Amino acid sequence: MNIEEVSKNKKILLDEIPYNVDDVDFMKPGKGSAVYRIKFRNLMDGGILERTYHSGDKLKEADVATYDMQYLYHENGNYIFMNTDTFEQHYMTEDRMGSRGVFLKDGMVIPVQLLGDAPIEITLPNFVELEIVETSMSTGKETVTAQNKPAKLSNGMEIGVPTFIKAGDIIKVDTRTGAYVERVGNKK
Amino acid sequence: MATRSSWMYLDEKQRLGKLEDNLKRRMQILGWIRSFFNEQGFLEVETPVFVPAVAPERYIKPVECQSGYLSTSPELYMKRMLAAGYAKIYQISRCFRDGEKGRQHNPEFSLLEWYRAGADYLQMIKDTENLFHYIAIKLSGKPLVRYMAKEIDLMPPWKRITVQDAFLTAAGWDPLSVDDEKRFDDDLVLKVIPSFPSEQPTVLMDYPAKMASLARIKETKPEVAERAEFFISGLEMANAYSELTDPLEQASRFAGEKRLIETEQNRRVVSPDKFLESMKYLPACAGNALGIDRLVMFFCNTDSIQDVIPFTADTA
Repeated sequence: MNIEEVSKNKKILLDEIPYNVDDVDFMKPGKGSAVYRIKFRNLMDGGILERTYHSGDKLKEADVATYDMQYLYHENGNYIFMNTDTFEQHYMTEDRMGSRGVFLKDGMVIPVQLLGDAPIEITLPNFVELEIVETSMSTGKETVTAQNKPAKLSNGMEIGVPTFIKAGDIIKVDTRTGAYVERVGNKK
Repeated sequence: MATRSSWMYLDEKQRLGKLEDNLKRRMQILGWIRSFFNEQGFLEVETPVFVPAVAPERYIKPVECQSGYLSTSPELYMKRMLAAGYAKIYQISRCFRDGEKGRQHNPEFSLLEWYRAGADYLQMIKDTENLFHYIAIKLSGKPLVRYMAKEIDLMPPWKRITVQDAFLTAAGWDPLSVDDEKRFDDDLVLKVIPSFPSEQPTVLMDYPAKMASLARIKETKPEVAERAEFFISGLEMANAYSELTDPLEQASRFAGEKRLIETEQNRRVVSPDKFLESMKYLPACAGNALGIDRLVMFFCNTDSIQDVIPFTADTA
């Protein structure tokens, strides 16, 4: 792949080791040639590496394929997914999943990237709906100021929500920031 | 049940909603730029964006259309106007440079260019200092701007340093005696620019003659060109020249670039012949090209171009 085509989250092989492109910094002051500073994350051990490239340089793309997979369950430190076409099961470790695992719901179908047999990346929807299981009662005196109060969600997360939100409400949460977006209804 | 398209809409609504303050400030700044130049008797002009030829430059790749190109800069047309007798002109135009995408780049961007007949690049440096100062005063009444957690003093004159001194200090070699373009580009980005003071803008001037581009060679020091670049907190803001007015010299520089582009990149180059023709009448003059998006980024305290334009190449 030409260096110009390398973008964030592409999977690259450096010395046959797979890396995720975490960040591309394109710099081109004046009338000079472009300089690319690329931050790589080793997909095997999480190590970070920074390298500099120029126009004309080429990188080897890792052979990654994306499949729709159903999230089945979480067991013994692994997240288990099933390919919805072949019914093959794949395991992703908690380390690789990181904090995003909290947004997975049993039965949810999402795109999963495989390198060989191993899931290396999942694509969450930008927003998920979650239920409020616990939050302090509203006093009914609030004005329209953006006062937030803590709330516990059905997936175990705790986030700040507006004061009018009650236990049993269904809210929309941004999976990229973990922040409250809006109230969508009520569990009934 | 929410559909995929309603999620997309929500995402876009949220993203654009966050930009509103910056977009309002952007329009305010555009108004002040115009009043800055209008008050000094400049004429705002509009030259073509869809053009039959662009200046051949090795590292600027134009977007090619079926019967021409999208403009990479209004420079050649504005100089044709100077050759016809216009003395003070400016333009805010959309320019296109293929493949330039990053935190500070979008392939489609807004460029401010201004030209003065009878002036040199030192006047362009003064104009640039005064423009930033003018905007800061309009915005807050003070020449101080908080950018990326640093207080930056825009009061003229700004720090000036020659390319030679800057490289000797920050990279340990002299680009006037060593000819190594790749090393120059790397060290400029990774060593020289990061060494500039963070509390004040820096004007980097007197580029090696080989990198003169469309600038004239300094009479008293022929190994450098009268070219200046402006940096604020790592952001490259503008590029000024005492303009080259010798059509033969310009034609030979263009031919050199054309040869390199055709052999290295295998792309076709159309020579801007009407511009070269008009150059016979180009008076001594100076010009500057300033990136509007970067200027707005600076005054909106953001280091990302996607915070100051509603749709970048990634979201268009």
